Amino acid sequence: MAEKPIGSIQRIVGPLVEAKGVTSAQMLELVYVGDERLVGEIIRINHDVAHIQVYEDTTGIRPGEPVYGSGMPLSLELGPGLIGTVYDGIQRPLEVLEAESGSFISRGINISALSRTKKWQFKPVLKLNDTVTPGLVIGTVQETSLIEHKVLVPPDIEGTITNIASAGEYPVDKVIATIKTKTGVKELPMFHRWPVRIGRPHKGKEELSIPLITGQRVIDTLFPIPKGGTVAVPGGFGTGKTMVQQALAKWCDADIIIFIGCGERGNEITDVLNEFPELIDPRTGKALMERSIIIANTSNMPVAAREASIYTGITMAEYYRDMGYNVAIMADSTSRWAEALRELSGRMEEMPADEGFPAYLPTRLAGFYERAGRVTNLAGTPGSVTVIGSVSPPGGDFSEPVTQHTKRFVRAFWALDRQLANARHYPSISWLDSYSEYVDEIAPWWEKNVDPEWRSLRNEIMELLQQESKLQQVVKLVGPDVLPDTQRLVLDTATYFKNAFLQQNAFDKIDMYSVVAKQVKMLRIILTFYHSGLKLIKKGATLVKIKQLPILSEMAKMKFSVANEEVEKLDDLLDRMRKTFSELELTYG
Amino acid sequence: MDKTSSLLAKREYNTVTGLDGPLLFIENIHNVGYNELVSLTDPQGKERLGTVLEAADGMAVIQVFEGTMGLSLKDTRVRFSGVPLQLGVSKDMLGRVFDGIGRPLDKLPAPMAVERRDINGQPINPSARDYPQKFIQTGISAIDGMNTLIRGQKLPIFSGSGLAHNKLAAQIARQAKILGEDSSFAVVFAAMGIKYDVAEYFIRNFEETGALENVVLFLNLADDPPIERLVTPRVALTCAEHLAFDHGMHVLVVMTDMSNYCESLREIATIRGDIPSRKGYPGYLYSDLASIFERAGIIKGKAGSITQMPILTMPNDDITHPVPDLTGFITEGQIVLERDLSRRGIYPPIAGLPSLSRLMKDGIGKGMTREDHPHLASQLFAAYSRVKDVRALASVIGEEELTPIDHTYLDFGKHFEDRFLSQREDENRDIDTTLDIGWQVLSSLPKDELYRMTEEEIQKFYGK
Ligand SMILES: Nc1ncnc2c1ncn2[C@@H]1O[C@H](COP(=O)(O)OP(=O)(O)OP(=O)(O)O)[C@@H](O)[C@H]1O
Ligand SMILES: [Mg+2]
Repeated sequence: MAEKPIGSIQRIVGPLVEAKGVTSAQMLELVYVGDERLVGEIIRINHDVAHIQVYEDTTGIRPGEPVYGSGMPLSLELGPGLIGTVYDGIQRPLEVLEAESGSFISRGINISALSRTKKWQFKPVLKLNDTVTPGLVIGTVQETSLIEHKVLVPPDIEGTITNIASAGEYPVDKVIATIKTKTGVKELPMFHRWPVRIGRPHKGKEELSIPLITGQRVIDTLFPIPKGGTVAVPGGFGTGKTMVQQALAKWCDADIIIFIGCGERGNEITDVLNEFPELIDPRTGKALMERSIIIANTSNMPVAAREASIYTGITMAEYYRDMGYNVAIMADSTSRWAEALRELSGRMEEMPADEGFPAYLPTRLAGFYERAGRVTNLAGTPGSVTVIGSVSPPGGDFSEPVTQHTKRFVRAFWALDRQLANARHYPSISWLDSYSEYVDEIAPWWEKNVDPEWRSLRNEIMELLQQESKLQQVVKLVGPDVLPDTQRLVLDTATYFKNAFLQQNAFDKIDMYSVVAKQVKMLRIILTFYHSGLKLIKKGATLVKIKQLPILSEMAKMKFSVANEEVEKLDDLLDRMRKTFSELELTYG
Repeated sequence: MDKTSSLLAKREYNTVTGLDGPLLFIENIHNVGYNELVSLTDPQGKERLGTVLEAADGMAVIQVFEGTMGLSLKDTRVRFSGVPLQLGVSKDMLGRVFDGIGRPLDKLPAPMAVERRDINGQPINPSARDYPQKFIQTGISAIDGMNTLIRGQKLPIFSGSGLAHNKLAAQIARQAKILGEDSSFAVVFAAMGIKYDVAEYFIRNFEETGALENVVLFLNLADDPPIERLVTPRVALTCAEHLAFDHGMHVLVVMTDMSNYCESLREIATIRGDIPSRKGYPGYLYSDLASIFERAGIIKGKAGSITQMPILTMPNDDITHPVPDLTGFITEGQIVLERDLSRRGIYPPIAGLPSLSRLMKDGIGKGMTREDHPHLASQLFAAYSRVKDVRALASVIGEEELTPIDHTYLDFGKHFEDRFLSQREDENRDIDTTLDIGWQVLSSLPKDELYRMTEEEIQKFYGK
């Protein structure tokens, strides 16, 4: 990289540095600050003064020290070797950093994101004299046992192949193709660079009709999202945002997972790093790490790099999308990212809007979520990026700016509820405050692939939950005794549904993940209980009598007792339940 | 670092141009680095310390720990040290008492430092961490049974004024131990703006248990300079890191009261004109607190650990106040003290539902505590949560109107609070005792209410 001095430091306030005498820098250019060459990015230019956000601790930096330009914006290295790696917010591989500088992160260390020594088995797909356009697959590399990496023509290159490597083992920086373009000959190694703040181009967005199956019942059944969709997970501290994100990272049926720990805890990253190589993906039989990339810019790491981390994540996601994969990205937490924006904006003495956040917060949020979607990529194949962003509203109050603005740009909302969390009802996704605008788009998939009555079952239980919440108002005032048995049955059904269906223990071997068939069958059993119970009550049975049926305790424990591989046991349970009720019915004539 | 500049840096200036609260503005200076340590001589000839908050061409903004009272523009001399605020660390700090920036208070000479370290530390590389999963037995049922403390965890106590947080913290510091292990244990105690008698209370406690030689105290008391509080936890953690990661000790860091720390931070922020977010606290309060709390943990390949127990008082018992709120967003759970329990004479008044230990799941169960522990804890939470609902209902419709099962829950609630939750200050229950009491109180509920327990567990433990 060509580095040249572009100015000298005149002021340092925390992560913000001002350089003067800057005449030849670009907006968003990557720069190196001071004698220690700390990584930074120009975020404002005013006459000859450049404002630089520095991605490392600025302690000890002095006015007068030089600033070096790199001539390019903050960019990622995109090529084989991303999967299974844990990066910081500006794509420094943390394991390599650890090997170089020990257990604590020190400053001014420059290491490449992709290993230059590791060799990959390259298989060419194109051949000499082929015409190439952006996004075409030049060749492939088996990146992990699960993921075939496609080496792509970078989005800004087209021409004719004048040379291509034969199959063989090469490091990422080895030139594997030479392309004659209008502007000259381009040599392509196995990786290319792409600026994090610019969305990668594609041929157009597609409709979102295929659900992202998460194995979490409250999500798949009540508030589903599609591949390529966007969802926010807001909740006060300890309500379960990270657990939801991790459950999705573990069990959802995306091809690639990108987990961004953005301003959160170090131990949560360690947890993922310990678990993912061990946990086996039920669909592929391979370790989850074989499909995951972790980005960790924890709360104690520099705040400017935290700001960059979500762009780093989404750019990697787009890159795999462009190979035709379905990528899911979890950003935990987008509030910490917004706070990083706020802090930098404050240091630049910009006019604050709501609660000190800069006025451009909504634009930035929109820009981020806009990069989600299901697209036809430049090579003409479908790929998707699903974004699941957690939001950490202060005091758990959803009226604060980040939650409110996020709501405008996502189409599903999983509201975590403090009361549920306190009662250890997990996941504490509120069935009253959450929504998914995708239900109608996704329903045909369920009806075709799982159960033709999916939509009506779902709507019915949603309605019962609404009824229950109204009835609870009455109960709170006068107690349940005044309600007729038909209404108390609604209460009981809702209670069964909450305990036996909605609650899902992330730590239980069987319960942590439910296949779609199990979900629908469980739902049907609970609704059958309701219908049969109602019929019985109308015939004169009492609810007390119904609740003594031993089969109900089987229903209550079915989520733990029936494993995903033996869902037919639920058919049997349903049969027996029907039989029990019709037998009882006989006694009432 | 080079630098010819470090020579220049030691130069002395008397070019102060402004004073405002704890801030000092100085001009006509050279080569001053961001965050560097400053010492100044006041007109009376006394030394004060500060750090550079903002460095610019020829000028700097300095926060003075002791405040600027008595300083004047003309007669204040300022020296720049060329390095950030450092603490000389050594194992000999054990058994010693220091002030809030690490100067001996016990009239003994400063311990011989093996190394001087930047008190801000450096972030632990997430991939270098080891996941905390060793159970620490505190001997307190509400904690061990339901909110288990794990070695390397950061678990704060959210309290209110007048509640028994000090008593509880002292009891934990006294009783905490890892089962079946005999490793070296130390307590680092950081006091920020607390009263002398509170500090006294802790010291006496450590003395009585003969543990004083394993304790390091850093005291910034109520009448000490408030700005100094901003460095006290960092100084304490720098010492803790040395003991833990260089000497392989298991260090429990008690920090009290974090609310005072946050107030000092707010004061500086306000004077500097930083944009406030909520209740006047600066937007970076979260990151600032995280830079303290994230220093807890365990590092691969190193023997020791840092467990943090910060204490804070919630203004008006309001858990949504920015200080507890942001703390809760950083720590790995919280022990919440409840005024209502306290009024009813229950000690420790640990609130059942809002308390949580997030690392508990990996440290309990078979091979660690007992196989029934996870379900038992979960069942106790569920049942106690029902108690709260029933009590709320009873307060509206009257106890007489409750159903029989609701009455059973009320009874359970009473047993739970009187027998499980309550214990004496000197009562050290081992984990088996805690779990057995848990079963005893649960056995006041009918078996089929125990929907979070397995059949086998009920067979084995119910009614025993
Ligand atoms: N599905 C679940 N199953 C079991 N326990 C859960 C579940 N979800 C949450 N919990 C419990 O709640 C705790 C807090 O959850 P989590 O860490 O996800 O909260 P959070 O919303 O991310 O909080 P913060 O904003 O502070 O990061 C967990 O440590 C766990 O004990
Ligand atoms: Mg979280």
